[in-house]
Amino acid sequence: MVPCGAKACRGAALFVLSPFMVACSGVQSSLNPAGEEAAQVATLFWVMVIGAGIIWAAVIFLSLYASRWKRRTISEKAAGRLILWGGGVFPVVVLALLLAVALWLMPSLRPFADAEQPGLRVEVTGHQFWWHVVYRQPDGATTVSANEVRLPVGERVEFQLNSADMIHSFWIPALGGKMDLIPGRTNRLPLLATKAGVYRGQCAEFCGLSHALMAFPVVAMEPGEFRSWLSDRGKPSGGIEAGGLGRELFQREKCGDCHRIEGTEARGTAGPDLSHVGSRLTLAAAQMGNDVEALARFIAHPGSIKPGSMMPAYLHLSREEVDQIATWLKGLQ
Amino acid sequence: MSTPLPSGRDRAAEADQLRAVWQTPKGWRYWSSVNNVQVGLWYGSAAFSFMLFAGLLGLLIRAQLAVPQNDLLSADFYNQVFTLHGTVMMFLFAVPIFEAVAIFLLPPMLGARELPFPRLGAFGFWSFLIGGVFVCGSIFFGAAPNSGWFMYPPLATSEQAGIGADIWLLGLSFIEVASLAAAVELIVGIMKCRAPGMRVNLMPLFAWYLLIVAGMILFAFPPLIAGDLLFEMQRMFDWPFFDPARGGDPLLWQHLFWIFGHPEVYIIFLPAIALLAMIVPTFSRRPIVGYSWIVLAAVGTGFLSFGLWVHHMFATGLPQISLAFFSAASGAVAIPTGVQIFVFIATMLAGRVIFSIPMLYAVGGLAIFVMGGLTGVMVALVPFDWQAHDSYFIVAHLHYVLIGGMLFPVFAGLYYYYPLIDGKKMSARVGRLAFWLMFAGFNIAFFPMHLTGLRGMPRRVYTYPSDIGWDWLNLVSTMGAVVLGIGMFAVVVDVTLNRRRQPRIEPNPWNAGTLEWLSEPEEDWGLRSIPRVASRYPLWEQENIAREVAAGDGYLADAREGRRETLVTSVLDAEPEQVLRVGGTSYVTIFCAATLGTVFVALTFKWWIVSLVAGLAFLAGVIYWLWTGTGEIPEKDEKDIGHGVSLPLYASGPKSVGWWAMFVTMTGDGTAFASLVFGYFFFWTIHGDFTGGQAGPGVFWPMIALALFAAAWAATLGAREVNRRGGVLTARWLLVAGALLSAAGCLAALSGPWTNAMDPTVHVYPAIVWILVIWTAVHGGVGITMQLYCLARSVAGKLSPRHDMELHNIALYWHFTFVTALICFAIVGLFPEAL
Repeated sequence: MVPCGAKACRGAALFVLSPFMVACSGVQSSLNPAGEEAAQVATLFWVMVIGAGIIWAAVIFLSLYASRWKRRTISEKAAGRLILWGGGVFPVVVLALLLAVALWLMPSLRPFADAEQPGLRVEVTGHQFWWHVVYRQPDGATTVSANEVRLPVGERVEFQLNSADMIHSFWIPALGGKMDLIPGRTNRLPLLATKAGVYRGQCAEFCGLSHALMAFPVVAMEPGEFRSWLSDRGKPSGGIEAGGLGRELFQREKCGDCHRIEGTEARGTAGPDLSHVGSRLTLAAAQMGNDVEALARFIAHPGSIKPGSMMPAYLHLSREEVDQIATWLKGLQ
Repeated sequence: MSTPLPSGRDRAAEADQLRAVWQTPKGWRYWSSVNNVQVGLWYGSAAFSFMLFAGLLGLLIRAQLAVPQNDLLSADFYNQVFTLHGTVMMFLFAVPIFEAVAIFLLPPMLGARELPFPRLGAFGFWSFLIGGVFVCGSIFFGAAPNSGWFMYPPLATSEQAGIGADIWLLGLSFIEVASLAAAVELIVGIMKCRAPGMRVNLMPLFAWYLLIVAGMILFAFPPLIAGDLLFEMQRMFDWPFFDPARGGDPLLWQHLFWIFGHPEVYIIFLPAIALLAMIVPTFSRRPIVGYSWIVLAAVGTGFLSFGLWVHHMFATGLPQISLAFFSAASGAVAIPTGVQIFVFIATMLAGRVIFSIPMLYAVGGLAIFVMGGLTGVMVALVPFDWQAHDSYFIVAHLHYVLIGGMLFPVFAGLYYYYPLIDGKKMSARVGRLAFWLMFAGFNIAFFPMHLTGLRGMPRRVYTYPSDIGWDWLNLVSTMGAVVLGIGMFAVVVDVTLNRRRQPRIEPNPWNAGTLEWLSEPEEDWGLRSIPRVASRYPLWEQENIAREVAAGDGYLADAREGRRETLVTSVLDAEPEQVLRVGGTSYVTIFCAATLGTVFVALTFKWWIVSLVAGLAFLAGVIYWLWTGTGEIPEKDEKDIGHGVSLPLYASGPKSVGWWAMFVTMTGDGTAFASLVFGYFFFWTIHGDFTGGQAGPGVFWPMIALALFAAAWAATLGAREVNRRGGVLTARWLLVAGALLSAAGCLAALSGPWTNAMDPTVHVYPAIVWILVIWTAVHGGVGITMQLYCLARSVAGKLSPRHDMELHNIALYWHFTFVTALICFAIVGLFPEAL
């Protein structure tokens, strides 16, 4: 997706990793940064890799020299000096430098937004095993979505993180490091995307049976494009009024008790918002492509796709009925 | 050793006496042995077996992750597998293996016949075995813990965690008891049972390290036990310690767990370095360079390791200022670690190195560990950790640290010390082959994981999609894991089958310099006689010491009275103080471990009656054990140990090992209590009104309880003093009064929350108050048992003004209990008033 950074590849060539770097195209890779924090940390990492490689080689060479190759022994005094300089002074200096860099980076990477001048805030609530996402604009307008995060390039966005059940962790490696979602606490994570593109985020704290299946696509958009997307998503989808039995079945099966669809009587909050589900890039927290067939498969038997899903199976519905619901939902663009 | 020996000694008869006294029972009675040689071997074999079991679980993990979207294991089973893999490796292998090695090696290394409490050691082993089998066995019933080895609530407190969480909490609490028992045994053994003349600055480095590690266990495990207690109260009775809806906080568990969990890493790592500290000088043909450096570095590592725990919580949203502090401390721990590594390198540079199989493992381990240490410095930096945390980078880092810093040194130690077990060396050919298989397999398996993690793969996922660049990295890791497994298998074959073909060899085959190499594998007495030590490497620096020890020219060369005896010496200078008669072969240890195990197992399944009955049986067992096995009044006051030295056979107060054991135990106990107090103030700091509008216990009852506890403490002290001056009858009445006052104190303690109708399920404030009060009351209850025990001993004539060890020990217990009561009642009674 994102081309292999020249710096990254230079660093890699210096390290034994080089053969591993051929396929440098991960959408979830912290080494292909598309955000300010990720870029700074990647640079820090490559510098540390080179330093660590040199230190490792020196220590191992010294050990092998001392145990296998040397001809003459050294005096006890020289040995004591080696301990002092190699084991004491050298690490102190290196660690002090590294610490200074890290402490200087921390506040600049994650500055907290001024309460008086709020920018765009994205409230993310973790659920087993999906993400509830609310965009709150400075004027107070909100847009509700789920299992997908979009943000404008070049603007620092503050994520407010909370959890409805277990501890989860919000991680978009291409943009920056992670932050936990903890019940009873609200954590804040500022992220600044620098390159437009589609990335992938994933839950990083073990949260139960389908922890592995709790991911989400991340779309970094040009600011103008983002604004129009956001205002579009704030309104009910035109697909609500589409023909067919889908909407009726959706009501009959009480899907709205758990799911919310803007512009309809469906107001549930136990499951993901479906207002514009048809236009999302993926389904089931980035587990499936978004098409009618996948929607139908999920509705019929969520547990087969996502073990431990709270949503019951709808095996009593006929294939056609499920398809009807799926078709209607796919139309919610 | 220059004093002339009395002539006319029948040395052969002396050896026969010793042999008879220390003989290992035959047949099925073999399992009733409590001797450090057998217990150490059992302990080690059990820990090794658990390691192999957990290794197989690791291979299952790798099999599942070999290809994307694999359906070999179900999500639920995979979650059980990785949870158990981590749990077993940490709790059933990494820590116990060193308790095993220490129990096996320390007595001969220190020049003692036995550790001071052999039955306690055996009890610890049986507890460990029962708890371990219980925890491991759960997976065969699909009931293993499935929330990850650090068991974060709310997941682990939820219904989803199932009975596995209870098995984890109760099974491991039981094993933690065993670890604490071992820590008490090792601390007292190292401080009080060294050979005469072995001053602290002459102690073998292994003993230094184990002393530090046992001390760390004493301060690190209690917070986990306290956490387990809160956790289980929430699971069983719905006390909301970690439930934010009722004032609790899931982060409290993370703090308590990692206050244990991070020192745990060094509890595992330091003993491995200790093995290297024995191996490297031997094969460098010279004493270690920088003895004081390495001891200070080890002490420094131990201290620093308690100040790092928050680096496991960098992504939990704590203030950046605390992150900065813990980041600095985490980096700083690399300094003493570097010193220790350079001490080894300097020793090799200053010596003429023989590159044997143990050295191969040592250098290989170093190569792996240094890499883990360097990635450790990386993750100590907060911004980098935000990326690496909970990813496969961490999986790689922790395996580099633990396998390089622990597993390879253990194998080095196995190849090095094997002759002490069997009188044979292990096969060098197999050893070299196994090394290269393990070394290559390990690196092929774990090196790619650094990259897998930075490419975004979180840990603890049972599956992953195929198109995001993790596929072949995982496949390579799996292939490496298979090679690692084959290498491990080669060592197992070498230990179990190949040894028959190895020839018997001379004692001390490596020509090492420390005392353990004087012990003979076919004898159970440790050393034939106990030498006077005057150097760090007595076999190199004290001429003829081996011959003198073997000839019985040292101290305590006989067992005339037919009792198992070892020398007790002073803490710093190791001047002989007492001949200690240690416990011999007995089933009481197995009985106590089995009944205590039953208590924990029954609690898991909420079989209240069974656990109550088993608990009473355990109590009876312990009392029988103490009554028949400890505090015996000897038939004579002193024993001649040779060279014109006569030592008392009985000691009480700070001169006795029992007093030290009580002191050490109560330090751990106090740490657990301090962890609960930490919880109380933790809730206070996170809430505006931490009482949540709930009633408190008031001031009246807590103050009454405090007064009664103080009176009970005074009565106990009074009993000791009066008894010492000959007032036996008054002392007995004081013990009765003490017991009544303690009972009243316990009731008054519970009356505070009871009369104020504090409901512990409503909010965390009543819950934490109840826990503190119950903790104190239980200590009062144990105190009553002790007072009545001393009363009974006195009445039975087993406790007299001159033989009053038990009274000294329970007075010490009451010092700690009084401090506990003081803190508890001041906090629950006065602190809310002061707000």
